[in-house]
Amino acid sequence: MIQRIRTTPPRYWLVLVVVLFFIGLPTVIDSFQSGEWAQALVLAIAIMGLNILVGYSGQISLGHGAFMAIGAYTSAILAHRYKMDYLATIPIAGLLTGILGFLFGVPALRLSALYLALATFALAVVTPSLIKRPAELTGGVQGIVLLPPVPPTFASDTFSALTGTALTSDQWTYYVTLAWTLVLFWLAWNLVRHRAGRAMRAIRDGEVAAAASGVNIAGYKTLAFGISALYAGIAGSLFGLAVGFVSPDTFPVALSIQLLVGAVVGGLASIPGPIIGAIFAYFLPIESNQWVPTQTWIPGSIASTIEKAGPAVTYGAVLILTMIFAPNGVVGLVLTGYSRLRGRLRGVPDRESGQMPPDPHTV
Amino acid sequence: MTKFGSRIAGITALFIALAACGGSNTPAAQTDVGVTSNSILLGNTIAQSGAAAAYGTIANGELAYFTYINNTQGGVNGRKITFKILDDAYNPAQTVPLTKQLVEQDKVFAMFSGLGTQAQTSVRDYLNAQKVPQLFVATGATTFMLDYSKYKYSIGWQPPYQGEARIYAKDILANHAGAKIGILYQNDDYGQDYLKGLTDGLGSSASMIVDKESYDVTATSTAAQLVKLKASGADTLFLFTTPGFTIPALVTVTKLGWAPAIYLNAVSNPEVYMGIAAKNGAALKNVTSVGYIKDPTDPQWASDSGMQLYKTVIANCTTCNVNDGFNIYGVAVAYTMVDVLKQAGSNMTRANVVNIATSGLNESNNPFLLPGVVVKTTSSDHFPITQEQVITWNGTGWSSQGGLVDERGTIK
Amino acid sequence: MQEFLQLVVSGIATGGIFASLALALVLIYNAMGLVNFAQGEMAMFATFVAFTLIAHGMNYWLAFVITLVVAFAGGIAIERVVIRPIERAPILTLVIVTLGLATLINGLAGSIFGYVPRAFPSPFSVQTVNILGALASFQDLGVIAVSAVVLLAIYLLLQHTTVGLTMRAAAHHAEASRLLGVRVSWMLALGWGLASAVGSVSGIMVAPIILLEPNMMQTIIIYAFAAAVLGGIESPLGAVVGGVIVGVTVNLAGVYLPFVGGDLQLAVALAIIVAVLVLKPNGLFGRPTVRRV
Repeated sequence: MIQRIRTTPPRYWLVLVVVLFFIGLPTVIDSFQSGEWAQALVLAIAIMGLNILVGYSGQISLGHGAFMAIGAYTSAILAHRYKMDYLATIPIAGLLTGILGFLFGVPALRLSALYLALATFALAVVTPSLIKRPAELTGGVQGIVLLPPVPPTFASDTFSALTGTALTSDQWTYYVTLAWTLVLFWLAWNLVRHRAGRAMRAIRDGEVAAAASGVNIAGYKTLAFGISALYAGIAGSLFGLAVGFVSPDTFPVALSIQLLVGAVVGGLASIPGPIIGAIFAYFLPIESNQWVPTQTWIPGSIASTIEKAGPAVTYGAVLILTMIFAPNGVVGLVLTGYSRLRGRLRGVPDRESGQMPPDPHTV
Repeated sequence: MTKFGSRIAGITALFIALAACGGSNTPAAQTDVGVTSNSILLGNTIAQSGAAAAYGTIANGELAYFTYINNTQGGVNGRKITFKILDDAYNPAQTVPLTKQLVEQDKVFAMFSGLGTQAQTSVRDYLNAQKVPQLFVATGATTFMLDYSKYKYSIGWQPPYQGEARIYAKDILANHAGAKIGILYQNDDYGQDYLKGLTDGLGSSASMIVDKESYDVTATSTAAQLVKLKASGADTLFLFTTPGFTIPALVTVTKLGWAPAIYLNAVSNPEVYMGIAAKNGAALKNVTSVGYIKDPTDPQWASDSGMQLYKTVIANCTTCNVNDGFNIYGVAVAYTMVDVLKQAGSNMTRANVVNIATSGLNESNNPFLLPGVVVKTTSSDHFPITQEQVITWNGTGWSSQGGLVDERGTIK
Repeated sequence: MQEFLQLVVSGIATGGIFASLALALVLIYNAMGLVNFAQGEMAMFATFVAFTLIAHGMNYWLAFVITLVVAFAGGIAIERVVIRPIERAPILTLVIVTLGLATLINGLAGSIFGYVPRAFPSPFSVQTVNILGALASFQDLGVIAVSAVVLLAIYLLLQHTTVGLTMRAAAHHAEASRLLGVRVSWMLALGWGLASAVGSVSGIMVAPIILLEPNMMQTIIIYAFAAAVLGGIESPLGAVVGGVIVGVTVNLAGVYLPFVGGDLQLAVALAIIVAVLVLKPNGLFGRPTVRRV
């Protein structure tokens, strides 16, 4: 046992620290901030799904906002109209979206990368108007208001016992989201380490070679779409929980762009990337609007331009700069820096080691 | 602690005790969260970026008026108004956390003039549960005034869309009883609310509507819908559309060789938009609309004292276009807000302010609204503005037809 | 029948709008095998430049020409600064960067010019002309006419000049072209410059009809995608024909298919994109490409 603890790679300890950080977070921040972090984790789940599709299986989707909408509305309709317990609707929403994603992946097989990007982008733009159409079901433009969840007694008792304060609705939402995030990330980690993940990466890196090696291209590609949609669906369902309201305007094309930004900035084809990317993508608009004007060291004209331009300019600039200078995102930068540091520390001269470079890969 | 230090501590404690006793003797003025002895903090979420950003200047107008009040009158009863504006990009997913932040972290006294039906609906339950006033939301969606019994802390300000449509219905029934009505409406809460108002207002004559066509904001052109409306034989056309679609629609109607009587809604009627339509070929014959607020581009108000005041006020905003109708809207609703705060006087609590706004408003001197328009709420009627003036286009400007029409009490 | 005819004519008019932007998309695709998601935003920005010039009193045609030049230079500049570092990167990188460009330019336009819709002058009169009983304005026909002229210019350039041939060679077979001494990188820049100029023409033609504001091209680009894909992404003629077909289909579907209705116009465009890509990926005028593995 002690032997195993001593030989676990350092990054496992890092993971443990991060998990503990997230578990303890609500105790040191305001209640409403827990709600904000819950939304960031929701994005992280959706970005993880996008990452599985884009980073690991090499298929582009610019329309994951649409899958989130499907998941969110499934849960909202089941909870609001059929009075189901909201937590029970989450896996249902995920499953339904996953199946739809799988079915979507079938015609997607025929589309080359560029065309798939085009088609999914068009889907993202069309999503709000598609939601409005079945107004009977979706509430149309009125949207569906979801009552804030009441924390169950076991949770609030445990929380009060540990921290001395009552568990608020926002904090409970945060913990539900965190639980799903941990489970889904763990599943994704297992997926990429084992057979399916290897097959997907083989397809991504060289489809023809993979086919020649006997990998079932169609099967794995559609599977990737299905899993990716499942993640987005669960994220959408949790989104409804965190925001408390779903309507056509909550799923604009900007959401799909936000997911893409998060995936790219965090680092495609990496497991920690989506978390970092989600935190960046979620908090950037809020902070650029509020934090930037208060920083006196930023020259006034730049600050007011950033404020007026909104997050769009920053997103755009970040996307471009990241793809040019750091295509592997933050995780890529960290890993490159880390391996360089390690090389320096060990006294190994900088030269190609001849090994296959580890993920994250160049896209 | 040294002897000197403990003596200081003792004297300090004595003073504190005296102060505490003294405090409890004088009757303290009632205040609430977000109110200090010299400031009131109001919060706002509005679209300052993205597709709806054109509306964002409303908050600029409001801020300009609060600045004016702070500078010329020292605020309200000695309290300066601080106005915190956050950008939610018209997306309820952002409105929710930003509103919660304003309430729980910035601890605003009240939310004021939040923009967008979906956005404000998404936070209405929360604000009412927290007993934070959701005052004078920037939308004409009827629900904010109609559903008072369920949401006692929320109130709108501008005339409800349904009310405006009812005025059109009255006008049609009175002046064009045999009309065949065609409607082009935007398929969102805005357009649908107008449609309901018109249909309800026509009542048993709703069969006058021969065709109604909707469009989504992602459409490039409404020509197809207008072709169909023309083919339906309609001789009266309603445009329940936002300006970006109203102007091309007016042009298309003329282009199709169709000359129906046109009713277009208040948001689209500023003279500058009509000018653009005319330049692009719209005939603009027989166009009717309603208004309740003074249009800065209307020459009849050029020397009006209210308009002069508006121009003085809006000068506080360096990036604002004085001719933008949204700016005068912001100034007008801010005027009402200040009125409410003045009425609250020393009882500056949320409950009192909400009570005044939803049930005790009686403002008849708003210099930015048309003469005669009152902003009024009572315990049984929670529609602040219900009067509008029917106007028709005379080729170069709008002319008033008759007096103000009041829809108070008609919407149940 | 009258209604049908009018719908078709109006659809052709709208289709002209889509076609003009689709031409720019086709140019970029011919230059580097990429669909530029920022094309619409670049066109919109160029139109704002023209607007500013005209608002300061400049003559319309002078402003038009200057804007074309500015747009051309801007396109080249963007290619040199933003695209060049990632020229050989996989398609996903390029797509993401063009998306980032689109977001950036849109935000910039919004913060510089504001979001209030503005009128933009048109060189064509607003009078209507009667075509077999259906009515269209000279402005609408003007858009189509200008698109046709641009189409002709592009066709001549690509098919009948050395520059055009070099551009296409650089796009299809970059390595072989390099071996033959072609400055592939500059061909790409040229392609971007031309596409940007074509886009600016589109914006200037279209702005009088749909009103100039930063978000004006946001949905048009989807229709333009549909037009380009339908016509064959490499074919300028396909772009124009595709644009007209998309415009007419959207109108007819909205009126005659009740489950579509007027509010799902954009969904029709999406359906066209998906249907074409699945059933006949090369579009109407495209040639099937053979990929060597």
